[in-house]
Amino acid sequence: MRNEGGIGNLDWSVVLIYIVLITLGWFNIFAATYDEEATKSIFDLTTNSGKQLLWIATSVVLIAIILIVDFRIYESLAPILYVIFILMLMAVLVFGKETNGAKAWFEIGSFRLQPAELTKFATALLLARFVSGSNVRFSDFKSQAKALAIMFSPVALIMLQPDLGSALIFFSFMLAVFREGFPPVYLIVGLAAAIIGVMTILLPIQIIAIVVVAVGAIWVLLSSRSLKNILITFFLVLTSIGFSLGFGYAFDEVLPEYQRNRILVIFYPDSIDPQNAGFNLNQSKIAIGSGGLTGKGFLEGTQTKGGFVPEQSTDFIFSTLAEEHGWLGSLILVTLFMLLLSRIIAIAERQKSQFSRVYGYSIAGIIFFHFTINIAMTMGLFPVVGIPLPFFSYGGSSLWSFTIMLFVLLKIDMHRTQILTRH
Amino acid sequence: MLENRRYIIQGIFILIGVVFLVKLFALQVTDDTYKFRAERNSRLRIVEYPFRGLIYDRNNELLVYNEPIYDLMVIPQDVFIEDTTRFCELLDITRETFEENMLAAKRYHRAKPSAFIKKISHTEYARIQDELYSYKGFHVNPRTVRRYSSAILANEVGYIGEISQSQLDRDTTNYYRSGDHIGLTGLEQYYEKELRGERGAKYKLINVNGIQKGVYKNGAYDTTSIAGRNLITTIDQELQKYAEWLMEGKRGSIVAIEPSTGEILAMVSSPSYDPNMLSGRKFSDNYKTIAADTNKRLFNRAIMAEYPPGSIFKTVQALVGLDAGVMTADEQIVSKVERIGDHAALGSYDVAKGIEYSSNNYFHEVMRRVVNQGDDPNTFKDTRIGMERWADAVRKFGFGAPLGLDIAGEENGLVPDADYYDDIYPKHSWAYSTIQSLCIGQGELLVTPLQVANLAAIIANQGYYIKPHLVKGFEKDGDEEILDFDKIYPGKGNEYYPAIIEGMARAAKRTANLAKIPGIEIAGKTGTAENGIKDETIDHSVFMAFAPKDDPKIAISVYVENAGWGGLASGITASLVMEKFIKGKIDDSGWFKREAYIKESKYLDVLKKDNEEDKDNEEGQEN
Repeated sequence: MRNEGGIGNLDWSVVLIYIVLITLGWFNIFAATYDEEATKSIFDLTTNSGKQLLWIATSVVLIAIILIVDFRIYESLAPILYVIFILMLMAVLVFGKETNGAKAWFEIGSFRLQPAELTKFATALLLARFVSGSNVRFSDFKSQAKALAIMFSPVALIMLQPDLGSALIFFSFMLAVFREGFPPVYLIVGLAAAIIGVMTILLPIQIIAIVVVAVGAIWVLLSSRSLKNILITFFLVLTSIGFSLGFGYAFDEVLPEYQRNRILVIFYPDSIDPQNAGFNLNQSKIAIGSGGLTGKGFLEGTQTKGGFVPEQSTDFIFSTLAEEHGWLGSLILVTLFMLLLSRIIAIAERQKSQFSRVYGYSIAGIIFFHFTINIAMTMGLFPVVGIPLPFFSYGGSSLWSFTIMLFVLLKIDMHRTQILTRH
Repeated sequence: MLENRRYIIQGIFILIGVVFLVKLFALQVTDDTYKFRAERNSRLRIVEYPFRGLIYDRNNELLVYNEPIYDLMVIPQDVFIEDTTRFCELLDITRETFEENMLAAKRYHRAKPSAFIKKISHTEYARIQDELYSYKGFHVNPRTVRRYSSAILANEVGYIGEISQSQLDRDTTNYYRSGDHIGLTGLEQYYEKELRGERGAKYKLINVNGIQKGVYKNGAYDTTSIAGRNLITTIDQELQKYAEWLMEGKRGSIVAIEPSTGEILAMVSSPSYDPNMLSGRKFSDNYKTIAADTNKRLFNRAIMAEYPPGSIFKTVQALVGLDAGVMTADEQIVSKVERIGDHAALGSYDVAKGIEYSSNNYFHEVMRRVVNQGDDPNTFKDTRIGMERWADAVRKFGFGAPLGLDIAGEENGLVPDADYYDDIYPKHSWAYSTIQSLCIGQGELLVTPLQVANLAAIIANQGYYIKPHLVKGFEKDGDEEILDFDKIYPGKGNEYYPAIIEGMARAAKRTANLAKIPGIEIAGKTGTAENGIKDETIDHSVFMAFAPKDDPKIAISVYVENAGWGGLASGITASLVMEKFIKGKIDDSGWFKREAYIKESKYLDVLKKDNEEDKDNEEGQEN
């Protein structure tokens, strides 16, 4: 019988994937900022790769602390942490340092902190604690509303910064609550809204109206022709058209032009704003597309070295990997993330406590959203929103927060046989 | 069961992973446009221009060479100058020029080189070279311009210029790029491929700001430039210089050919221009000046001017008749009636005498025999058949079409044939009497000076010629390639040439006595080409000759426009050029100073007198 909570209970497969991802990320950060003429060592602290090594080292310290600290405190501290981060999100609006038009960062000396990063962690904890509460039933609207409030209160504050990318991540909690019985209608409505939104950007309103009415009619014919069904469908069709009109108005009139262009460039990569939004996206696609099957080789990426891709060691780190290691490199990366996500779900599912499971799914959702939005963004499938690739992108805030989230899960998992009891 | 939702969530994860891998496969593996775009992005092609081939004369004397010039380049962001005043002094520019040029360079690109001062000469560069190294941000780009050992052969060598859009469109080899220089006229154009060599290219990696970041693929795609081949021309530089000197201030041309090889020893078109004017910095300004000149300096008279041949054509007439067998060389043909105006007396002539005295009526009969052979009882039809025969025979002597000289621009000349007259007169309504002025080289006939020189070569060779050419071969790094040329025979036989040559030798003594070369017998024929305007303007003076008569080394045609009588201006010029070539110097020790006579255009004085006396003799003014 193994020692309860001992190091032998640590899920080493996840740790291994974590180490591989961080190491690959580190090498790619070196490649992304590599300058052939001023050859600097990967350890050189004036380079991003050297600094990343510091972040990795401090992450190891964080891991050690997490493994030592009692696993129970996360559930206990969840409400306090959540409140602290909500307050920090408010504070950053006042005291934050404005970069790229958003007040998302605290800057104290040379130390920078992005509260939104760890707010995800706090939200995951509080949501898990709430869902595992004895009187929560997701068939009950009150419980639904409370869960939504926990998930989306930070979103409102983050949108004030504004940081669209971070805000989007909070939608990942829908996966966790869906697993716990949240009505699927929310996901369906969200999916429908996304589809209608994309259609609104691409098609004239008349065509959208025709499509929506046709879908409604087919639905009525295939399901029930009862008056109630017809009325509900009619109402939904009208709502959809209304949403499309409203979304179209917001898109054309309310959204600032640079943000509108970031979206339009996805659909019209060669004609929209070729100097700015179009340029960045096209350069990223060129870097990825020129990688071929096996890539140009480590440190041989011409687009990477030439600095054509913006933010290449952070948000666009994937283009470095894709250029230098080709489709096979991309395959390895995607596979690593798929393995990681499967492992996290497997871990979540083997938890005895609902708190641990919800927390596990929340972490899976957060990593999945980051991965999806980041890769889609570099390939031109999603608007450019500043979302880092977990464990891979350069940056301390991001590496720390993912390390904390992942290892808190592993720590809790180490103690999965001990029933959590709330005091 | 809520547990099943696990699989929905995992399904979504896997779905996204698969979608990404499929999309990435499309982007990275199946679609290769991104590869090209990446290369276009990050690859800078630096062209290495090859060394253009040199041009030598027949004695390996340099005619055309390349002179290095330098563009001073600047990269604005690297510039560091401690003492701007000193810098301006060094380059001999004003402070204002400095500021202006620097601003222009900055406007172009801060990190990319642009020309600060263009075309610094070699000597100038040598002066500033050492000090220039101490100024950061500046470097020189060496280039070359064409230079000429002497200011001769402008229209034959031709010039180089920037390639035009239409030339780019026509370039099927895809060699040229916009901004490239290409031979536009003369030998520079005709032998462009030999001269230019092959361009090389170095590929550098550049970053988003255009700054070089090292060698592309370790130089795997780099190519070195290959220098062009040198041209060995047939020109005798000394002779060419001398001939151009003689023609200074006159309008006309000289073409001198070595008969045994078809090599052009000298080719003069006057007035011409200094070839240095169309090389380098002032090309466009100078070109405008030259092109606007009413003297048509860019017009190569030697191959582009077309004149009626006049009496020199009688030799062709005789050759055509003899080759057709309608007469023999020593056959005495008696003219009793004057069919055509004539300086020579009526009477009995053979070929040599006919040429010696330039008897119009003798050649009238010769051509009539060629044309009217009784092929058809109808005179008109018979003439038509005969004219075809005649025109074909004349064309064989290199008339009526370009000879194929190795520079562009040769005119056809004109040998009128049956179809030609059918256009002017109703068919079968013209007879020999209609066209008889052709027999003495007048009428519609047109020839170029080159064609006439070639005729002299045919006679000198007694029955063949070699396509006249300006280049005999190519040379590079000691490897020579000499071009082969075939003999071309205009007629079936050659036994009658001695009579023609004899006639020409006697004609030269009779009509161009002042043109004699001490110790060397020449065979020649004067002509007077009507200038087409029947007024006081003086006809063109024409002389066709070769020498020495018995071992021809040089055949020549000389045209001096508005200089009248062929024996004087043209004949004496021809004698000087031939003597210069054969002896290497001029023996002008006799009482008559030929050189001075030509240089001072004294024949014009004679002409003024003559013209007043001979006003009544408009047609058939034969010499």
